[in-house]
Amino acid sequence: MRDLVRKYKDFLAVKGVTFDVPEGEIFGFLGPNGAGKSTTIQILATLLKPTEGTAVVNGFDIRNEPDKVRQSIGLVFQDPSLDERLTARENLYFHAMLYNVETTIMKKRMAEVLEMVELADRQKDQVKTFSGGMRRRLEIARGLVHYPKVLFLDEPTVGLDPQTRKRIWEYIHYLRDKEGLTIFLTTHYMDEAENCQRIAVIDHGEIVALDTPENLKSVIGGDVIKISTDNNEEVLPVIKNRLQVKAEKQGDYIAIQVEKGEIFIPRLAVELKGRINSMVIKKPSLDDVFLHLTGREIREEGVNAVDRMRVYSKRKH
Amino acid sequence: MRSMKAVYTIWLRDVLRFMRERSRIVGTLAQPLLYLLIVGTGLSAAFRLPQAPEGFSYLQFMYPGILGMSVLFTSVFSGLSIVWDREFGFLKEVLVAPVPRWSVAVGKALGGSTVAMIQGAVLLLLAPLVGISLTFITILKVFLVLFIIAFSLTSLGITIASRMESMEGFQMIMNFLVMPLFFLSGALFPLKGVAPWMETLMKIDPLTYGVDALRNIIFANNDQGRLFVNFSLSLDLTVICLMALVFIFLGARAFNRQE
Ligand SMILES: Nc1ncnc2c1ncn2[C@@H]1O[C@H](COP(=O)(O)OP(=O)(O)O)[C@@H](O)[C@H]1O
Ligand SMILES: [Mg+2]
Repeated sequence: MRDLVRKYKDFLAVKGVTFDVPEGEIFGFLGPNGAGKSTTIQILATLLKPTEGTAVVNGFDIRNEPDKVRQSIGLVFQDPSLDERLTARENLYFHAMLYNVETTIMKKRMAEVLEMVELADRQKDQVKTFSGGMRRRLEIARGLVHYPKVLFLDEPTVGLDPQTRKRIWEYIHYLRDKEGLTIFLTTHYMDEAENCQRIAVIDHGEIVALDTPENLKSVIGGDVIKISTDNNEEVLPVIKNRLQVKAEKQGDYIAIQVEKGEIFIPRLAVELKGRINSMVIKKPSLDDVFLHLTGREIREEGVNAVDRMRVYSKRKH
Repeated sequence: MRSMKAVYTIWLRDVLRFMRERSRIVGTLAQPLLYLLIVGTGLSAAFRLPQAPEGFSYLQFMYPGILGMSVLFTSVFSGLSIVWDREFGFLKEVLVAPVPRWSVAVGKALGGSTVAMIQGAVLLLLAPLVGISLTFITILKVFLVLFIIAFSLTSLGITIASRMESMEGFQMIMNFLVMPLFFLSGALFPLKGVAPWMETLMKIDPLTYGVDALRNIIFANNDQGRLFVNFSLSLDLTVICLMALVFIFLGARAFNRQE
């Protein structure tokens, strides 16, 4: 993807985004609501035309070969897109027809994907009787019917309960491992982004960082270990001089900054044999990374309220 | 080939959905009955046809108009239902599939036409009730004309729907488009004998030619009925075929617009 720009009238939703995703990777797009994640996905899926720049998906140019791009990708939209009056199976069938899946293969494949998302026993029920998690799983199954090479998932876990979210992540990993799919997903949940192999942090239509979750977090400067000892005043210089690390007093604790906490702890324990009363290790989260990069927090509260409104406005009709 | 498969898929979905909604089926079957019995009998009591010939009732005059009316309402409504498809996201799933956009419009237009024709079939079964006898060939011809009308009007509905944000505009469309199309089509009163300005409006309404085509066919062997036919069948067919082409073209184009 090269220098992608997308304008809505005069509003720049995506401002010159550039990146590559190798085959078989789980790539995450992390950013707050309105960052331009969905817009980017829609451009890559050829639903929107880029105002400037272009991208190559699976070897096909999104400007010149949109039909080939479409045939080779699966897409799960942020908002629901199933036909509620049809059964699970019919939804898959119509998808298979539109993607020209051969009739002989179709049956086998539909059974396979239904099995995978554990909906085989509900396949003859109308989708309107399904829960939110079941719908999401069915949408993922539908996106797979035509053997895509790349699967796009736009906020696949929004509005779902923790167990379902965990299940969906299991499918995502399974798909990468068993079907060799390249997976491109967006999320605004920091904790979930850790499941990706690489993350692009996007804010106001620009990529502000792109790396593995570990590397992104190491930007923050590693882990923080907090200990309390029998005598903090005495111990503090010992830690500073003998172990050569940054440490400071914080209330009743000593806060120590190290790169890898789990490697440092044994050394610390040997050095301060018997003097430690308690110890806490704090790993930096992607929240900290986002805060560091943009000076703002992804406000979970605010975001969730918007999600709820969206789900609500979709259901009220 | 692939496009044909897509047209078939979109059509099949519309028909399946129709079959699944009991209330819609009941409505589709009951509506023509209501039109014919209540509107028809009610109005025939109140109206006398100008130059009414002996042995020809207002109900008989109105029968082709009722056919046109039920097709009009059902097909415009089917076309507009695309607003719901968009609202509930299903349209996105279709639009991201590797099929040409026009095939989606054509499939949708055929789906709406099919539903409208089912309703037409119910009305044709009722023909003997109003004293009209139809031969098998006549019924085939009527079906053909109904199909052309339904196809055009569903396409019209699709075109309008592509500009509509939600179903809130529905009432406006009923009041300012569908009802005028219906009242000016000559379904309720004959074109002859109205004020000249009215006659002009009626001649502009493409549905006038649809209703006239139906009268042409249904009253082919009925001398009294023929008095109320205004144009030749070939003119009628030309106009409605043109209408079908123009509207499906507009509908397909509306689909092709990519934001
Ligand atoms: N159809 C549209 N017209 C105008 N602005 C839009 C439209 N769709 C999205 N936007 C704007 O573009 C920005 C990016 O939106 P989006 O890609 O949906 O963000 P995300 O998916 O990251 O939440 C937002 O500020 C949003 O308000
Ligand atoms: Mg989004």
